[in-house]
Amino acid sequence: MILKVNNLKKRYGKVKAVDGISFSVKRGEIFGVLGPNGAGKTTTLECIEGLRSYDDGEIEIFGEKMTTNNDFFKKKMGIQLQESSLPQRMKVWEALDFFSSFYNKNVDWKDLLVRLHIDDKRNNYFSNLSGGEKQRVFVALAMINDPEILFLDEITTGLDPQARRHMWKTMKEIKNMGKTIVMSTHYMEEAEYLCDRVIIVDRGKVIAGGAPRKLINNLGIKNRIVVESKEEVDPGIFKDLKSVCDISLKDGKIEIVGTGTDVLMDIARVITDRQIKVDLQYKTANLEDVYLSLTGYTKEDAI
Amino acid sequence: MKAVCKMVFIKTKLFIREIEGFFFTIFFPIIMLLIFGSIYGNKPSDYFGGFGFVDVSVPAYIGMIIAITGFMSIPISIASDRERGILKRFRILPGGSMIAMVSWIIFYYLITTIGTAGLIITGKLLYGLRFTGNTLIIFLLYSLSTVAFLSIGFLLASLMRSARSANAIGMSLLFPMMFFSGAIIPMRSLPASIKHISVYLPLTYVVDIMQKGWFGGALHSYRIDLFVLSGIVVFSFLIAKLTFRW
Repeated sequence: MILKVNNLKKRYGKVKAVDGISFSVKRGEIFGVLGPNGAGKTTTLECIEGLRSYDDGEIEIFGEKMTTNNDFFKKKMGIQLQESSLPQRMKVWEALDFFSSFYNKNVDWKDLLVRLHIDDKRNNYFSNLSGGEKQRVFVALAMINDPEILFLDEITTGLDPQARRHMWKTMKEIKNMGKTIVMSTHYMEEAEYLCDRVIIVDRGKVIAGGAPRKLINNLGIKNRIVVESKEEVDPGIFKDLKSVCDISLKDGKIEIVGTGTDVLMDIARVITDRQIKVDLQYKTANLEDVYLSLTGYTKEDAI
Repeated sequence: MKAVCKMVFIKTKLFIREIEGFFFTIFFPIIMLLIFGSIYGNKPSDYFGGFGFVDVSVPAYIGMIIAITGFMSIPISIASDRERGILKRFRILPGGSMIAMVSWIIFYYLITTIGTAGLIITGKLLYGLRFTGNTLIIFLLYSLSTVAFLSIGFLLASLMRSARSANAIGMSLLFPMMFFSGAIIPMRSLPASIKHISVYLPLTYVVDIMQKGWFGGALHSYRIDLFVLSGIVVFSFLIAKLTFRW
């Protein structure tokens, strides 16, 4: 374990921002801290990073007890802050060159720019970069001291889908370099794709934790199939299928809830047997369903 | 040490690229000298104790440069960096806050000195500026004045919540102060009622000490200035250190 957090508590006035969060992170994994805005993700990360004092609990990192504002930890950690920036007129290479001078142990920043696919922007002013490019620069800055563990706080928030995918690819590459990544996000599909293990945080408390697939399977969350057709289709034709749990009609579409992947095969068989022309939509259960079923929120008030 | 050098260097580069600060610190005082110098010239007169207008204005304008650094450059730049989350970055760097502090002091001392040098060179070349003091002493007096205003700058930067308030408050303190302290209008031309206000303006003591030092005044003639400026250094740095937020 590279990081252990035990019963962390932090309050701001009367608000319990973090209310007894515990988890541990293994070396070399991508660990996700998930939850809606205001769940306590950033506060948790900032306590671990030594930027914030906390009221109670223990944090152990690299096998040492964490203390705030300690250079020993700063040298071994890479941190991307959620709300941070660089001077508008600073060039990319200048930022890397400057921030590398704070560390004795450095990686070659030219090499880092290549690895993070931002090399062609090295002479650009920071203000002329796109959102995705800025985030890449921040990742590069976080990695400049060749850290063992990297903290990425909502790194893809506000990025367009393409830039987000590109960032995901980069994060997998960073993992393959042997780094440990602790990331926070409120995009469930992102966590599902990237993270080896996650915790889901709501109102300062951990409400679930583990590998994303395992969480989904353990909860026995059903898959959902929507059948849409121009022809009149009798929902009753799916009734006798074993894998089907529930059938309902919504806006002229048939929504079928079932277990496992069997349900899709069964439905497909019925449709082909009767030669009906339909449009099938298959929605596998995902982390968002886990989150919604645990919190009792609906999709609208969740994110 | 390496980080301090890099930071001073990069701050200087950004200072030139972001032209506003450069204009106020370097060009504005020279333009003032050119305008008033062309009107009044630098002929010796009894009104100025046997010296010319430019001779007495240059040490006063040096006070103006120092005040611009303390009341505008430092608070606006630091408050805006804080607002944009640039300052926070120093807290995650080993030795970050210490390195930033030291670099700021060196950088702002440096640009104030460049502005001062530009003014002196302009006065010398165009108006045959006269200096009858001691070079080492005037340098020490200048340094004390600058450090006092740097400390005020950090104090204001600590207290200001945003770049906008730093700008508004810095300007509204700076401009009346420049007029009421003898920096632009000679102190002896100011009416008595204004002189009551001048006593409370830190710039008054800078202008006085620079002019006295410039013409080789004796130590006892500016000992009050020394006390006041030293007091400002201690007080402002202390409060700034206690209240500074990253």
